[in-house]
Amino acid sequence: MATNFIGKPKNRVDGRDKVTGTAKYTAEFHRPGLLHGVVVSGTIAKGRIKNIDTTAALRLEGVVEVFTHINTPKQAWLDLSYKDMDAPPGEPFRPLHNDKIQFNMQPVALVVAETLELAQYAATLVKVEYEVEEHRTKLADHLEDAIDGDGFRAGFVPPKSQGNFKKAFSNSEVQLDVEYFHGAEHHNPMEMHAATVFYEEDGSLTIYDKTQGVKNSQHYISMVFGLSKKKVRVLSPFVGGAFGSALRPQYQLFLATLAALELKRSVKVELTRPQMFSFGHRPITIQNLKLGASPDGKLKAISHKAFSETSRFEKYVENVVNWAAKLYDCDNIEQVYKLVRLDMYTPLDMRAPGGATGVYALESAMDELSYKLKMDPMELRLKNYSEEDKSEGKPFSTKTLRECFQKGAAKFGWEKRNPQPRSMKKGHDLIGWGMATGVWDAMQVPARAKAEFSADGTLTVGSATADIGTGTYTIMTQIAAETLGLPLEKVKANLGDSDLPFAFIEGGSSTAASVGSAVQKVCEKIAKKLLKEAGKIKDSPFKGANPEEVIFADEMITDKINPSISMSFAEIMESRELEKINKKYMLLPNMLKQNKYSRNTHSAVFAEVKVDEDLGTIKVNRIVSAIDGGRILNLKTAHSQILGGVVWGISMAVHEDSFMDHTFGRFINHDLSKYHISVNADMPEIDVVFVEEPDMVVSSVGAKGIGEIGMVGVAAAIGNAVFHATGKRVRSLPITQEKAMT
Amino acid sequence: MRPFTFTKVRNSAVAVKEISEKEEAKFIAGGTNLLDLMKFDVMIPKNIIDITGIALNYIKNLEDGGLRLGALVTNSDTAYHKEVENRYPLLSHAILAGASPQLRNKATDAGNLLQRTRCYYFYDPATPCNKREPGSGCSAIHGYNRWHAIFGASEKCIATHPSDMCVALAALEAKVNVTGPNGERNIPFEDFHRLPGDHPEKDTNLSKDEIITSIDLPANGFAENFSYIKNRDRASYSFALVSIAVGLEMKGNKIKEARIVLGGVAHKPWRNKEAEAFLNNKEANRENFEAVADVIVREAKGYEYNKFKIELARRSVVRALMQAAKIEE
Amino acid sequence: MIEKPHRPNQAAEAAFSIQKHKIILTINEVEQEIKVDAWTTVLDLLREHLHLTGTKKGCDHGQCGACTVLMDGTRINSCLTLAVMHDGAEITTVEGLAKGEQLHPVQEAFIEQDAFQCGYCTPGQICSAIGLINEGKAKTPEDIRDLMSGNICRCGAYNNILKVVQEALERERS
Repeated sequence: MATNFIGKPKNRVDGRDKVTGTAKYTAEFHRPGLLHGVVVSGTIAKGRIKNIDTTAALRLEGVVEVFTHINTPKQAWLDLSYKDMDAPPGEPFRPLHNDKIQFNMQPVALVVAETLELAQYAATLVKVEYEVEEHRTKLADHLEDAIDGDGFRAGFVPPKSQGNFKKAFSNSEVQLDVEYFHGAEHHNPMEMHAATVFYEEDGSLTIYDKTQGVKNSQHYISMVFGLSKKKVRVLSPFVGGAFGSALRPQYQLFLATLAALELKRSVKVELTRPQMFSFGHRPITIQNLKLGASPDGKLKAISHKAFSETSRFEKYVENVVNWAAKLYDCDNIEQVYKLVRLDMYTPLDMRAPGGATGVYALESAMDELSYKLKMDPMELRLKNYSEEDKSEGKPFSTKTLRECFQKGAAKFGWEKRNPQPRSMKKGHDLIGWGMATGVWDAMQVPARAKAEFSADGTLTVGSATADIGTGTYTIMTQIAAETLGLPLEKVKANLGDSDLPFAFIEGGSSTAASVGSAVQKVCEKIAKKLLKEAGKIKDSPFKGANPEEVIFADEMITDKINPSISMSFAEIMESRELEKINKKYMLLPNMLKQNKYSRNTHSAVFAEVKVDEDLGTIKVNRIVSAIDGGRILNLKTAHSQILGGVVWGISMAVHEDSFMDHTFGRFINHDLSKYHISVNADMPEIDVVFVEEPDMVVSSVGAKGIGEIGMVGVAAAIGNAVFHATGKRVRSLPITQEKAMT
Repeated sequence: MRPFTFTKVRNSAVAVKEISEKEEAKFIAGGTNLLDLMKFDVMIPKNIIDITGIALNYIKNLEDGGLRLGALVTNSDTAYHKEVENRYPLLSHAILAGASPQLRNKATDAGNLLQRTRCYYFYDPATPCNKREPGSGCSAIHGYNRWHAIFGASEKCIATHPSDMCVALAALEAKVNVTGPNGERNIPFEDFHRLPGDHPEKDTNLSKDEIITSIDLPANGFAENFSYIKNRDRASYSFALVSIAVGLEMKGNKIKEARIVLGGVAHKPWRNKEAEAFLNNKEANRENFEAVADVIVREAKGYEYNKFKIELARRSVVRALMQAAKIEE
Repeated sequence: MIEKPHRPNQAAEAAFSIQKHKIILTINEVEQEIKVDAWTTVLDLLREHLHLTGTKKGCDHGQCGACTVLMDGTRINSCLTLAVMHDGAEITTVEGLAKGEQLHPVQEAFIEQDAFQCGYCTPGQICSAIGLINEGKAKTPEDIRDLMSGNICRCGAYNNILKVVQEALERERS
């Protein structure tokens, strides 16, 4: 077929816009008279605002208004109104609501002025006096106050235990009991959060917001400000990275909207880089792993306990301890997840939330166990390979992890590994090889899509999803083009607009499977309609034909059995005097079918590190990541997704750490020179191997989302390699130089 | 940023006059640190004097065999200058270990000397800092001090000087030529930066109304036996945890003269002349290098999060000396 | 007149003045006379005043490289320099690289190698890559990686960016 696009390494359809600077991000939309809002951040962790003096700022010509809790008109007062689609249980933070300070760097004022520079200056003139209350921000100091990590939240599975861990553990010949820790992290997408709110003549709002879900932002604004959804349109055609940071509406959206409504003018609010550390992070966890095994390496007992942190006002939960039962065939598993309420902003889903950290500890512990058993780490995993998800007692929809191990190991050269730590050296560099497994969920969520086929042969598909760099525009285009048999150039994909049909927030690696399938289905409806119309043409060979009997390719309908019988789309549209064909589709996951299976992506990650024998300098030298991600829709963008995930894993393993100064209850390294993200010079050679098996349970396009799986397991593989290099087990992330010094 | 007046000057004399007359005035050239700090509301000059129009963008040979770096030469142009690359490779290496190409393309040599510490607390006006606001207290001493000083700190301040270039300049015994209301003078590099003492708000011994016009490098560039090692949190584009500049003057396997300067460990490039002298006329070998490293770290003092720097400094000194002496192990 | 419902009961006054300066800049080969406030950076001039939003703001402090432009052919962080200091300069931004419909080879290569995902750091990466090629100092892949390290890519497209620059340097040589 000439129109065979799915799975091919196609260039991004939005590539040209991105390399020429014409792709416009949230803060880049302009209309004359647009005002600039600058946020003033609080400087204490807990207490109340005694006094806030805005007179000096307001005295400046060109400063239009300063909004504080004192002069902010009261909006919706029910907590429920502030609940967005991704809100954890609790009472969401309400900006400028009252004098209460709930976390450090809380927004306390918005300065609105005619120019950005003036607003920035005026913001320095706002003086705030506080009444300081004692805060607590240190997880380790308050474990005795921990509460159960439970509650309802989309995607969250309250951990449950099975079998009898205690007994099985005490009966295990080989036992391991270790504690793991990792620091907090912040998403830090390159584009800082911003909202540009255009106040239209009729009082309606056109809002550009940095969001992973335009419908979520629209819902939030309409609820909070009591506006009809018809009066609120939210757009985010391009999102400069998000990684979870834009799942929930952040305060820039509230503040810009508030100002626009009050001033009846258009307002833009762009946060600063330090303010990107003010609204949610990957929470710290302290994890305890107990593994019990027989001498031949069979796991008898696993206990995975985690303490994590949440805010005082919301109960943020994520799946930290739920992975062992999916990965390993073990009858006695204990899973415990506890939370401590601290005076900080609610943590926020960050790429592979829970999985990146929980699997890190689990897979590090598995590595430790392999040394105790004197067993190859990969062999240990194969020995305990799960053919079903023990926690749910269900088979996997698809699972190619075994092949991932084989292919990844072959690519890496794992069989040449000397099991002895400190056995490889080059110059001053100790060389180590480590591996780990990754696992993540393969989700499908409801999604709607629409499509319009025009007489000129072009097709427009749309869904209110987002492309945060994931390639959504491109795969929507590919799926539509392939389904209907069009060249890519004749398909246009629209997204990031609340006027489009509903799609869930773009997160959890669900978009390809959800929106992708919806696009496929709506295009099938167009195809069906075209065929039906073709059948109505006089003497049509397709009279009464079923879609199964024909092929849609090369802008034609062709008979499967007799390819000489065909009719072009143009001919059909012309003969039937059709201008447009419009269709809509609503995808509802077949839960009956899906619930019979555990649906996951998997990975096998192999890492080589170099550690300077004297100085502890770590260089990640080589990574092989073999991925079980279902059918790959676009080899090029999928490869980039995994590359990115691996880079995140490296960065998590050796660089990233949002350090909370507990004296101030404030993340103190809040900018990009002090919070380190990997740079190009840190990069190893990265090989990505896809072990494809279309997963028709998860989605009709066979895809399992791969936005997260690339990251999971990487930090463990690196930590394990550091041990193999140095003989020193580092049980906390990031593994900075001093930790690797031996 | 807060408002300021902006003046452009064409020669050093006018620059000195302007800065003497104006209240809370600052020179700007590359601007890469000044504007950074102004945007964070850490530095709040009322008057900005643009000196980029002064003819100080040159590198020239000196009669004594040395090399003069004009104050306004960019870090990139200095690092890649043929004379610097050939005769002062230590300086070239150190400069290229710092910042990013974009920053080096804008930052000037004089500006590099005057850059401020990257202490978290200095940069965050929400916290007390004696350097930013004298008398407000030091948040780092009992705070997150992983980046902080292990040498020469005071109870008022444990910040470090962040420059790589200056570590090399200290090792080379450069001189800083300045012009002020009372004419010209030159400041030996070791006297240019200060220890914090009771006045951490003062980074250098440059007077408020003086302008740096150039930096002189002595004839000996230690081009044969040198090393610059930088330990940092990522492989590029980050400040030093501990850096070491070493220059050796060798005769056979004997050391005639040694220069050992540490960066990222003190309020100024940290040099221990006693330790250097210890190596005079000694054999270049690991044993002697270990011994001198021990002498250097003897007076180090760590805080909660930066104790590791002491051992890291010790080992880095040994490594840098071995590299400079070209001893393979 | 805009209603200012919450303004304190006192007349607004100009408590300060920021100087305005006339400068001439050639931006993407177009010479223009511009009136700038002294406190306006080149980045804010481009994005907020001239609405040339191809150049990105990722930190505003020289810590990410998203704002990289070519100033008289040299790559710099446009966020850390005042526009008023660049009277007479020639600035090339990502918008000025293509010749009509014909993309700059580095732009083409970014698409072909999928050297970006979200695209936000991309204009800075492209300008930086061109600056690097102009400088002519990178010889090895390690050099390229180090000399491209002033541009953070949070999506992690580094290895594909490396390929783009390697290819471009090979093209230069041949």
